[in-house]
Amino acid sequence: MGFLDNLRQGLARSREALNEIFYMGGEVDEDFWEDLEDTLVMGDMGAEVAAQVTDDLREQAARENLTRASQLKRALSERLAAVFAPSERDPFEDVPSCVVFVGINGAGKTTTVGKLAGRARAEGRRTLIGGADTFRAAAIEQLAVWGERAGIDVITRERGSDPASVCYEVLEEAGKRGSELVLIDTAGRLHTSPELMRELAKVVGVCRKRSTMPVTVVLVIDATTGQNGLNQAREFDDALDVDGLIITKLDGTAKGGIALAISHRLQLPIYRIGVGEKLDDLQLFDALEFCRALVGEDG
Amino acid sequence: MAVFQSLSDRLQDTFAQLKGKGRLTEDDIGAAMRQIRMALLEADVNYRVVKGFVADCKEKCLTSEVMDSLTPAQNVVKIVLDELTELLGSTESKLTLAQNRTPNVIMLVGLQGSGKTTAAAKLAYLLKGQGRNPLLAACDVHRPAAADQLATLGSEIGVPVYRGDGKDAVGIARESIREAVDRLCDIVIVDTAGRLQIDEEMMAEAVDIKRAVRPDQILMVVDAMGGQDIVNVVSTFAERVDFDGVIMSKLDGDARGGGALSVREVTGKPIKFVSMGEKPDSLEVFHPDRMAKRILGMGDVVGIIEQAQKIADQESIEAAERMLRSGFTMDDLLAQMQQIRKLGGLGKLLGMIPGAERALAQQGGNVDETQLARIEAMIRSMTREERNRPKIINGQRRKRIAAGSGRSVQEVNQLIRQWSEMNKMMGKMRGLADGGGKKGMRQMQSMLKGMAGGKGGRRY
Repeated sequence: MGFLDNLRQGLARSREALNEIFYMGGEVDEDFWEDLEDTLVMGDMGAEVAAQVTDDLREQAARENLTRASQLKRALSERLAAVFAPSERDPFEDVPSCVVFVGINGAGKTTTVGKLAGRARAEGRRTLIGGADTFRAAAIEQLAVWGERAGIDVITRERGSDPASVCYEVLEEAGKRGSELVLIDTAGRLHTSPELMRELAKVVGVCRKRSTMPVTVVLVIDATTGQNGLNQAREFDDALDVDGLIITKLDGTAKGGIALAISHRLQLPIYRIGVGEKLDDLQLFDALEFCRALVGEDG
Repeated sequence: MAVFQSLSDRLQDTFAQLKGKGRLTEDDIGAAMRQIRMALLEADVNYRVVKGFVADCKEKCLTSEVMDSLTPAQNVVKIVLDELTELLGSTESKLTLAQNRTPNVIMLVGLQGSGKTTAAAKLAYLLKGQGRNPLLAACDVHRPAAADQLATLGSEIGVPVYRGDGKDAVGIARESIREAVDRLCDIVIVDTAGRLQIDEEMMAEAVDIKRAVRPDQILMVVDAMGGQDIVNVVSTFAERVDFDGVIMSKLDGDARGGGALSVREVTGKPIKFVSMGEKPDSLEVFHPDRMAKRILGMGDVVGIIEQAQKIADQESIEAAERMLRSGFTMDDLLAQMQQIRKLGGLGKLLGMIPGAERALAQQGGNVDETQLARIEAMIRSMTREERNRPKIINGQRRKRIAAGSGRSVQEVNQLIRQWSEMNKMMGKMRGLADGGGKKGMRQMQSMLKGMAGGKGGRRY
């Protein structure tokens, strides 16, 4: 099959794919638009959104007479950036604050909690970690290691205990100690399991009810996730009324286009993005910058 | 919702507009291909794979057989399904282990959070069930408490775990082989740390482990939820580590797993297992045809039929015949309920149909097994006469049945309504079977099966 060879070749350069389009000599023809749509799809934006964005840009190009590659690049990243829901409040800076982390298995919740705790400690905030993942083997130990690294206490219970009651205890302890920031890790679960989602709703319910500080529910999404990410986000949002997102593992070659689709569809802000393994690699989200990277625009 | 609409429905819609035309044109096929393209992209099949695939399908569909056929939608779906199955690897692919080597070694690699550690434990459990004596080697020295996780899982399934010094992954891997010999284990499963394909240092570590233990099989664990980028990941892993096959994880969600197709297509490596849950026994051999159906949003129909076939015995066929002759009794209703339960409960049955569970939840209906038990209680509180001729159940009898089963009269009323609906349907089928002889009988049986599922699904 001929297309296989093309595919293998294509993959080697897919990272530069967008750049390629824009270097095609500036001639904007039918192929250009098709390639543009392809590339957006390749970034996991979803076929529907990609088609819509391409059509819009096409119209704009005609209206404003944009013909040069650089003009189109800028217009595109601005157009995409406008899709993101803006964040009104940063739950990690604006203390006191209690944040509950939710998401599917392996999204990077525990690691994110660890990194954020390290950062909060460095900035001198009185922080407490709650380990409500009482299901996965060694999740508590993993969190304890992160707590130790950051020099922050972790409140948890043995494996198999009721996660909602762990939260109760954590918030009680936070009240006693006068903590400013409480980070609660929960067990990963697939959004298709009604029982586990109900359990999580109880955990979040307890936090919202018992906490004296504002509670933020953050959905952690792996940047390599495909179109299923939208289902995930929708289900978690239905069950828990999610406040915002954190996108992890943007350090590979995945473009994280699903973040754009989710943020747009559910109007959820993105609080942080994870771009590496180190503590400082969890960064603030800048929509324009993210979109520039997605489009391949060089600043 | 478009996401849950199956490809065949969409094609039906596309072709519905063409009714009366008699013959499809090339443009019509083009419109159908656009639908297929969208369906594949929504399933996260890699873009470039989609492009080539759709071009191939289009060519096949343009043959006169499809264009002239009376049911073009079904024909197109069939072509797409066959092609897709072909791409996924037409045959099942098993683990190949060297016969003359003890211990055999299996090494697991993959991205962070793809589910390697869980898969390692499941694989150990599976092998143990086949009479092997596995040892787990905890070579993930990077993620905090990864070795603890493996140790916990190992003790749950009764498989020893070698942890070594917890620092040098290559060293632990090498020592684990010696440990296996000492403990008389005949297979070592090496769990490694999650790594990004662009992390040079970590990729080198994987290659070093590979050199140190010379695995019989290297399996890459790939998340079913992965998006377009998964092809970049697997092709780099294939290039550097050269794995032999794939374990697709987290298939118990509603991801269509189009990444699987892309993996197979780009690297040529087969998918060997699918992992579908948190429990150790949820690792299954991969079936390409079922995966193809899932990608197209057609559900695991084969799986359901297989299950039903296992259960449907001679007895139930006889019962069906009797039902046709003399009507539907409460005992029949009960038998049907029990059959549903035998199939693994409504939850499991519905779980095989993508979107079904979700659709149910939206309707506000719950898949509640306890409901089944209540109905059983009510039916068992009826006299034999009442069960055979439910029409005689009047107000007095309803009250008595309610009291006897500990349910309310309303619930008894509901049950009787349900029975009368079923009985009506049975009447219709009687007419159908009378005309059709053996063929009619078969039709009726399949309808019965469909009804058992559909009925329960709507109500409980």
